[in-house]
Amino acid sequence: MLASTVVVERARDFPLLTFLIVLPFVGAIATMLTPKHRPEWAKAVAFLVSATTLGMSLWMLAAFDKATHGYQFDVSHNWIGNLGVRFSLGIDGISLFMVVLTAVLFPIGLLASVNEPKFKEFATWMLMLQASVVGVFAALDLVVFFIFFELVLVPMYFLIAGWGHGNRAYAATKFFLYTMAGSAFLFVGILTVAYLYTKSGHALTFDVGNITEWISTDGAISTRTARLLFLAFAVSFAVKVPLFPLHTWLPDAHTEAPTAGSVVLAGVLLKMGTYGFLRFAIPMFPAAAHYFAPVLLTLSVVGIVYGAIVATMQPDLKRLIAYSSVAHLGFVVMGTFALTTPAILGGLFTMLSHGLTTGALFLLVGMLYDRRHTRLIADFGGLWKSIPVLSALFLVATFASIGLPGFSGFVGEFMSLLGTYVTRPWWAVVATSGVILAAVYLLWAFQRSFTGEPTGENVGLRDISLRELVCVGPLLGLSLFLGFYPQPVLDRMKVTVEDFMGHLENSTGYIEPESPNPEPVDVHNDSPNEEAASH
Amino acid sequence: MDALDVLDLIWLVPTLPAIGAVVLLLFGKRIGEPKSGYLATSLMALSFLGSVAAFFALGSLGSEERHHVYNWFTWISSIGKNSDFTVSFGFLADPLSITMILFVTGISTLIHLYAIGYMARDPRFSRFFAYLNLFAASMLVLVLGSSFLMTFMGWEGVGLCSYLLISFWFERNSAAVAGKKAFVTNRVGDFGFMIAMFLIFSKLGSLDYATALPAAPGLSQGTITAIALLLFVGAMGKSAQFPLHIWLPDAMEGPTPVSALIHAATMVTAGVFLVSRAHVFFDLGGSANDVVAWIGAITALGAATIAIRQNDIKRVLAYSTLSQLGYMFLAVGVGSYSAALFHMVTHAFFKALLFLGAGSVIHGMHHEQDMRRMGGLKRAMPITAGTFIIGWLAIAGVPPFAGFWSKDEILAKAWFSDVAGGKALWAIGLVAALLTAFYMSRQVWLVFFGNARYDSEGDHAVNPHESPMTMVLPLVVLSGLSIVGGFLSLPFTSPNLEFLVRWLEPSLEGASHIEASSFGLGFALSVGAIVIGITGIAIGRRVYSGGLAEDGTDPVETRLAGFGKVLENAYYIDAGIAKAVSGPLTGAANFLTDTVDRRLIDGAVNGTGRAFKELGGGLRRVQTGRVRSYALGIMLGAVALLGWFATRVDF
Repeated sequence: MLASTVVVERARDFPLLTFLIVLPFVGAIATMLTPKHRPEWAKAVAFLVSATTLGMSLWMLAAFDKATHGYQFDVSHNWIGNLGVRFSLGIDGISLFMVVLTAVLFPIGLLASVNEPKFKEFATWMLMLQASVVGVFAALDLVVFFIFFELVLVPMYFLIAGWGHGNRAYAATKFFLYTMAGSAFLFVGILTVAYLYTKSGHALTFDVGNITEWISTDGAISTRTARLLFLAFAVSFAVKVPLFPLHTWLPDAHTEAPTAGSVVLAGVLLKMGTYGFLRFAIPMFPAAAHYFAPVLLTLSVVGIVYGAIVATMQPDLKRLIAYSSVAHLGFVVMGTFALTTPAILGGLFTMLSHGLTTGALFLLVGMLYDRRHTRLIADFGGLWKSIPVLSALFLVATFASIGLPGFSGFVGEFMSLLGTYVTRPWWAVVATSGVILAAVYLLWAFQRSFTGEPTGENVGLRDISLRELVCVGPLLGLSLFLGFYPQPVLDRMKVTVEDFMGHLENSTGYIEPESPNPEPVDVHNDSPNEEAASH
Repeated sequence: MDALDVLDLIWLVPTLPAIGAVVLLLFGKRIGEPKSGYLATSLMALSFLGSVAAFFALGSLGSEERHHVYNWFTWISSIGKNSDFTVSFGFLADPLSITMILFVTGISTLIHLYAIGYMARDPRFSRFFAYLNLFAASMLVLVLGSSFLMTFMGWEGVGLCSYLLISFWFERNSAAVAGKKAFVTNRVGDFGFMIAMFLIFSKLGSLDYATALPAAPGLSQGTITAIALLLFVGAMGKSAQFPLHIWLPDAMEGPTPVSALIHAATMVTAGVFLVSRAHVFFDLGGSANDVVAWIGAITALGAATIAIRQNDIKRVLAYSTLSQLGYMFLAVGVGSYSAALFHMVTHAFFKALLFLGAGSVIHGMHHEQDMRRMGGLKRAMPITAGTFIIGWLAIAGVPPFAGFWSKDEILAKAWFSDVAGGKALWAIGLVAALLTAFYMSRQVWLVFFGNARYDSEGDHAVNPHESPMTMVLPLVVLSGLSIVGGFLSLPFTSPNLEFLVRWLEPSLEGASHIEASSFGLGFALSVGAIVIGITGIAIGRRVYSGGLAEDGTDPVETRLAGFGKVLENAYYIDAGIAKAVSGPLTGAANFLTDTVDRRLIDGAVNGTGRAFKELGGGLRRVQTGRVRSYALGIMLGAVALLGWFATRVDF
C-alpha cells in the first residue's frame, strides 16, 4: 500500500507526458533503423515501445488526482523564445482518458497488424502517429497544438496510402485535403488570436491558459470578432469530428485504411475534433459558443439521424461502421453544446466508449477481411455457424455499439441525451430516435452476415486465434466494465467539467438550469385529482 | 438476522442466475449436457428460495414499512453546481416487486427444468441455459430496480435475451429475422420509455422511484398525462399491445420453453409491471387512461378473433397471449392495478402450462406444429392432455380454475368503474371471453380429441409419445397452480379473502378503489361471465368434436368466407406496417445515401478537389506532386482567408 503510494507520488516529479510523446518518436526512428533482414527486431522494438507507453500511461492514470483543479503532470519549456512559443504540456479530466485510450489502442493496433507487409515501415508510421496524437491531447500552447494537429496527418496519410485497400490513393488524398482545409481556418484563427492578444498590451504568447483567460473576458474583443474566431476554430474541429455535412471524407478513409488505421482513426483521431471544442473553441469564446450552440446542436442531431439512416444502406461493413461513427460522434457534440453537466460528461464518456466499441468492431471486420478478403455484407452469411467465437464477439460488439445498458455506450449516450433534454428537449427527442435506428442498421447487418446456413466460401473458416482474442477482448471487457461501473472514469472528469461550467458562468453569466428538487406531495388524499389541479 | 438484514441480501436474487449465465457462457461447452442444465436450474431454484425468504421478511414488517431500498453501489453520478443526476445500482423490495420475483423465479425454475428435457441433444444445449439464466437475471433486475433507469436496464436486458432466444436456431432465416424484428419493434417502445425518463428527470430531478413518484402529483396535468402516455408507449412495445404487437407472433420461432417463459409468463408482462410501478402517473393521467384501456380492449378483442383462424399450435397461444395482455391493460386503464396484477399471475400459471403442453405435443409429434395434422393425441399423451385440459378450463373462465377469478375481476372492475365507456369496455371484454373459450376449445379438440390426422405409417410416420419426466413434472405443478391460483384473491370482503389485493396495497397507494355498487349485480355479472365461457366451449365442441375433414378444411373457414382470410392474416397489420414503413424508409435512405451523400455533398467536395487540381496542375504535373499542389492551393486559400479576416475582424 505504502510502496504503491510512493510510486504514484513519483509520477508527479517525472516528466511523464514528455516521455509519452518522445518515446514513441524515438521508438519510430529506432524501428526504422532496424536491419531489413531482421524483421523480428522491428517487431521487438515496436512492441517494447508501445507496451512501455501503455505502462506509463497507466501509471499516470493511477497518479492522476481527481480532486485537483487545473492541469496535472504539466511541464513547460522555452521553445521558440522570440515568438513566445513554449513547449507546454499538461492534462486534466478532459484529456486524461484520451491519452490513456491512445496508449491502449496503439499496441492493440500493432498486434492486429503483425501480418501486414513491410511491418517495419508500418510500425514506424504507427509510432509517429501515436506520438503526434498524444501531443495533440497534451499540448497547452496553441502553436504546439497546431503542429501536432497537423503532424497527425502525415503518418495517417502514409498508412492509408501505403497499406490501404482498393481506392486508397483517393481516400488518403481526400482525408488529407479535407482536414488541411479545416486546418487553414485553425491556422488563421490562432494567428489572429495571438495578434489580438499582443495588441491589447500583453507580451506575445500562445499559452492556452493565459489567452483563454483574457479573450473570454467580456469586452476583450468585440462580439463580432469573437463569433468569427469561434467559427474559424469550429470549422476546423467540425471537419475532424466529423460533423454533418463535412463528414464525407470519413467513410472513404475508414474503408480504405488498414485495420489498425481504422481503429485509431475512429478511436482517437476523431476525438481531436470534439476535444478541440472542449479545450479551445468553447472556453475561449464562450459567448459565441452559446450563441452558435443551436446551430451545432442541429448539425449534430442531423448527423445522428442522417449517419444512422445512411449506415443502413451501406453494402460494406466498414462503411457501415464509419457512418455509425458519424452518429455516435453526434452524441458527443450534442452533449457538449447542450452546456449542462450531465450532457458534457456524457459526451466525454462517449468519446472514450466509442473508442472501445468501434475499435472492437473495426478489429473484428479486419479479422473477417483476413479470412474472406471481402467486407461486403452480401458476400457473408451464416458465419455464426462457421466461426462461432468470432461471431459471438461481433454480436457483443454490436450490442455495445447499439448502446445496450450494461455497456459503456449506454452510459455516455443516456447522459448526453438526458442532459440535452434539460435545456433543449426537442433536439434530444429527435436524437433519441437514433437509438432505434442504431438497432436497425447493426442488427440487420448482423443478420445478413452471420445468421442462416453458411454457404460457399463462408464454410470452414478458421475461428478466432489467441492473438486476435488478445486484441479485441480487452476492448469489449472494458466496455462492459464501464457500463456497470463508470464512476471511476466520471469521477476523474468531474472536477474539470465543474471548472468548465464555472468558467462559462463567470465569463458569460450563463447558468446551467437548476434541477428541480420538489417535495413529496401527499397522496393519502381522497381525491388526488383535485390535489394535482391545485398546483 | 432481522427482516431488514434479509432484505439487504435481495441482490442475490438476480445475481445467482447472472453467475450461472457468466459461467455457462464461458465454460458451458466444458460443463456439457445435461450438467449445464442442472446448474442453471439449481441456481434458479436457489433464487426462488431467496425470493421466498424475502417474501417472509417483508411480510414480517408492518404494512407501512414494507418498502426497503438496498443500494449496492453508485451506478452513474453527475453532480454539477446546479444539477444532480445520480442513479444507484439499487434494488427495491416492496409488495409489488416481491410478488413479481416470486412468480418469475418460481415459473423460471419450472421452465428451466422442462427445458432440460425439451432441449436434449441440441448442439447448443449449454448456450440455451446461459441465455435462459441471463434472461431471468435481467427480468429480476427489471422488477427489483429501485429507479426507472435500473428497470430500464433490466428492460433492455430481457430484450437482448428475447432476441438471442428467438433467433436461437439462427440457421433458420425466419428465426433470425423474427429475433431482429422483436428487438427493433421493442426499441420503438423504448423510445417512449426514454423520453418519459428525460421528462421525469427534468421535472422532478430524479429517476429514483422513492424520490420521483411521491412528488409526481405536484406536476401539471399536461406533464403527467404526457409522462403516462410515454411510459405506456414503452409498455406497448414490451407487452405487445396494438400496433406494436407485430413481433410477438413471430417470436414463436424460438424454442417452446422460451415462448412459455418469456413470451407468455414473464417478459411480456413487464409493461403491466411498469404501469403499476409508476401508477401515480396513471392515477392522475386523465385521458391517458382512456388510451390505455381502449388499446387494451382493442388488443384483447382483435387478437382473440385472429386466434380463431390460426392453425399453428403455438400461434394460437401467441395471439391468445396478446389478447390476455390486452385484458391486463384494460384493467389498468380503468384504474384497477391489482386486478391486472392478479390476472398477470394467474395467466402466467395457465399460459406457461399451455405453452409447455404445446411444447410437449410438438416434442412428441417430432416437431409437427400444424394442428390440422394432429388429433386424438389424448391416448398417446395422457398427462400432457390432462394438464392441457386444466389450462384450457382456466383460460376459458370456468370456475374454480384460476383464470375465471382474475378475468371476472377485470370485467367487474370495468363495469363498476366510473371511466367513460366502462360498460363498452366490459362488453368488449365479454365478447373476447366468448371467443377465447371458443378458440381454446377448438385447439383442445383439434389436438387431443377427434380423428388422428397424422401419418402413423410409411416413411414419415409420426409416433406420438409422452414426454420425459423433466418435462411432465412442470406440467403437473403448473396445472396445480392453474387450479388453485385463483384463491390468491377471492372476491369476498367478509371475511376478506382478497389476499393479493391487500398484500399489494402498500405498493399501489393512492390508486382508486373500485367497489361493486351492489353484491347482487356483481354476482349476476359473474354468472354471466360463466355462461359466456361455457357457451364458447359448447360452440367449440359442436363445431370441432368430429375433428376435421380429410382435406383439413375448417368448418369456420367456410362459414367466415372472405373474412376468414383476413383473420388468418391478422388483419394484414403486419404486412401493412412493413409496407408503409419499409417502403418510404428505404426510399428515403436510398435518397440520402445516393443523392444527398454521394452526389450532393461528396460531389461538391470532389468538385472543389478538381478545381484545386487544375490550379496545382498548372504548376506541376506529376503524380507525386498531387498532394503538394493541393497543399499549395490550401495555402493560397489560407492567405485569402487571412486577408478576409483582416477586413472583418475588429482589430
